[in-house]
Amino acid sequence: MTTEIITGAEIVIRCLQKENVKFVFGYPGGAVLNIYDAIFQQKSFKHVLVRHEQAAVHAADAYSRATGDVGVALVTSGPGATNAVTGIATAHMDSIPIVIISGQVPTHAIGEDAFQECDTVGITRPCVKHNFLVKDVKDIGSTIKKAFYLAATGRPGPVLVDIPKDITAETAEFIYPKNISLRSYNPVKQGHSGQINKALDLLINAQKPMVYSGGGVVLGNASDALTEFVKLLDFPITNTLMGLGGFPASHENFLGMLGMHGTYQANMAMQECDVLLAVGARFDDRVIGNPEHFLAKPKKIIHIDIDPASISKRVKIDIPIVGDVKLVLEDLISAFKALKSNSSNNLHTDWLNTINLWKQKDCMSFQDDGTQIKPQKVIQKLHEVTNGDAFITSDVGQHQMWAAQYYPFDKPRRWINSGGLGTMGVGLPYAMGCQLAFPDSQVACVTGEASIQMCIQELSTCKQFNLPVKIVNLNNRYMGMVRQWQEFFYGNRYAESYMDALPDFVKLAESYGHIGMKIENSSDIEGALKEAFSPKLKERLVFLDFITDQTENVFPMVASGKGLSEMILADDAEDL
Amino acid sequence: MRHIISLLMENEAGALSRVSGLFSARGYNIESLSVAPTEDQSLSRMTIVTSGSAQIIEQIIKQLNKLIDVVKVLDLHDGDHIERELVLVKVKANKQYRDEVQQLTNSYGGRIIDSSENILTIEFTGTSTEIDNYLKSLNNSFVVEIVRTGASGIGRGDRILKI
Repeated sequence: MTTEIITGAEIVIRCLQKENVKFVFGYPGGAVLNIYDAIFQQKSFKHVLVRHEQAAVHAADAYSRATGDVGVALVTSGPGATNAVTGIATAHMDSIPIVIISGQVPTHAIGEDAFQECDTVGITRPCVKHNFLVKDVKDIGSTIKKAFYLAATGRPGPVLVDIPKDITAETAEFIYPKNISLRSYNPVKQGHSGQINKALDLLINAQKPMVYSGGGVVLGNASDALTEFVKLLDFPITNTLMGLGGFPASHENFLGMLGMHGTYQANMAMQECDVLLAVGARFDDRVIGNPEHFLAKPKKIIHIDIDPASISKRVKIDIPIVGDVKLVLEDLISAFKALKSNSSNNLHTDWLNTINLWKQKDCMSFQDDGTQIKPQKVIQKLHEVTNGDAFITSDVGQHQMWAAQYYPFDKPRRWINSGGLGTMGVGLPYAMGCQLAFPDSQVACVTGEASIQMCIQELSTCKQFNLPVKIVNLNNRYMGMVRQWQEFFYGNRYAESYMDALPDFVKLAESYGHIGMKIENSSDIEGALKEAFSPKLKERLVFLDFITDQTENVFPMVASGKGLSEMILADDAEDL
Repeated sequence: MRHIISLLMENEAGALSRVSGLFSARGYNIESLSVAPTEDQSLSRMTIVTSGSAQIIEQIIKQLNKLIDVVKVLDLHDGDHIERELVLVKVKANKQYRDEVQQLTNSYGGRIIDSSENILTIEFTGTSTEIDNYLKSLNNSFVVEIVRTGASGIGRGDRILKI
């Protein structure tokens, strides 16, 4: 038997092949030159050259969000790694499985303040699920295997593998373990049957039940199970920002998003329910507001989550069920079907009537006299023109909330945004990751004139890789969400929130080889979108610069630190 | 409330900073932390003295368990346990104070492990409270240096932290 001895760099490539990686998002540099030389000589995956390492990680992150597979980014040492940190932290906050391979200075130079040296493992430690520094060429295979395994299992997250340059030049036999078992890491999959039965008992006897689901349902591919269970029980349901698409928005039981900019009916139902089922969600500050206020109305809470640390973190849970959300929901469905009498439905009829009254508040209506472009209307038209079936990425701010509010998602993994870290600049690289994963699908990046400038250089990457993303720029010449807070809470003192000296986005798009359109009249919204998504422009990136109403605010709004039911509605806004 | 948490973790480079980083990142208290290899070379044992409400301690245990390198975590306060800490104290011991220090140390069960003309060095082992009490009994103006190890702990009887 002959064993094949290859370089560390080649081993890295073989590992990625074993993991069926299709795209590596990266940027070369000194410490990863050996790896890039090996990439040059292979054909199994495509390397996507970004224009800034932050975008490499964002694009890998979006690829994972859209497909469910592990995304891969490759960066060099020092500044390559530090530029990647924003991307890594973004993925970490939203529990996205990605593997980041970073180059490091040669082993003998570590600690000597070498050129482009930084303590990558130290810097990234607080914002990864786990990280490794490879010190021996023989360890590359098992380390990368562990990285993919850790990223994708349990509560997913980013895993970084730091490889010194000399290690990629040394040679060893390529060994890739088939399976990995770690004595210190055994995530629970199956939920506890006793807890499941207790939960079901509570649910079927609830008079005012409510379901609240988050990003865990999307990540855990549990949308079908959740939808079936909620339909069986005929319960009302809300999704978090990260959970949108986890339950079909067009279903009558869906109350819209909850939280700081959630609907009146969703927030009221969260506050007033007697039994709450939380699935793959974490009761964060933007979702339930002030926990004391939230619990002021007594309620029993059931919480299904893969991460034990998410349970009872901000809110005390009555019935925790730790496990894979999909498996737990399937167990709940079987247990419910096994019950002889399914007559529980009548118990909450009054409650559904109450919710219908809340819906009549019509909290999402907005004033539109047709004189100026209303951002909400742009999103509504985007939904119409794309038949509600596009991948929608967003940046962070008002436009993000409007996209979440006015583009109802019926499928999971279609809404791609930075929920936890709230990273401005993700929109365009996120759109790149989605478009590469689904070249024949419509991909729109909903953004603002502030956010888009944080990763604008990626227009160049889009040109190189022919990514026909449609950029919907809601241009209000303000950092809109900052301006909104300054208007509400800082006496209209608009400190540094005005975007002065904006570029001509049409010319900018054209200079990168794309198509730019400036839309200033409300009556032109639909025509412009239709043209951008027309077969004629199917192969082209189109930058749609919508000049919108500068004064528009996002409603409803729960002010920071307030309770969920203490919403400011659009109608009340004049009293502020 | 004060808790002593014992844990076993993979003896990897950076393991200690993963634990200390967790405490600082999440704003948990840390009174003392001691770490050393175990009889199994692949494992380190760490003892952390911390304090917080029941809810915070529950989160600390969960967050520690979530660290990939942590193999096992035990809150010693969940059952009977023994706690010991070592202190080394250096005191100025001129003729008049020398006898007093020797007597005091004997009565507490400490040992004088080094003595020179003007200085006595004392070793004392006990619970952290016993150490506090012993140190309080010494005349402050004679104490020149104190080194405490931080507490170590172990379960009583058949309460064993092992993999």
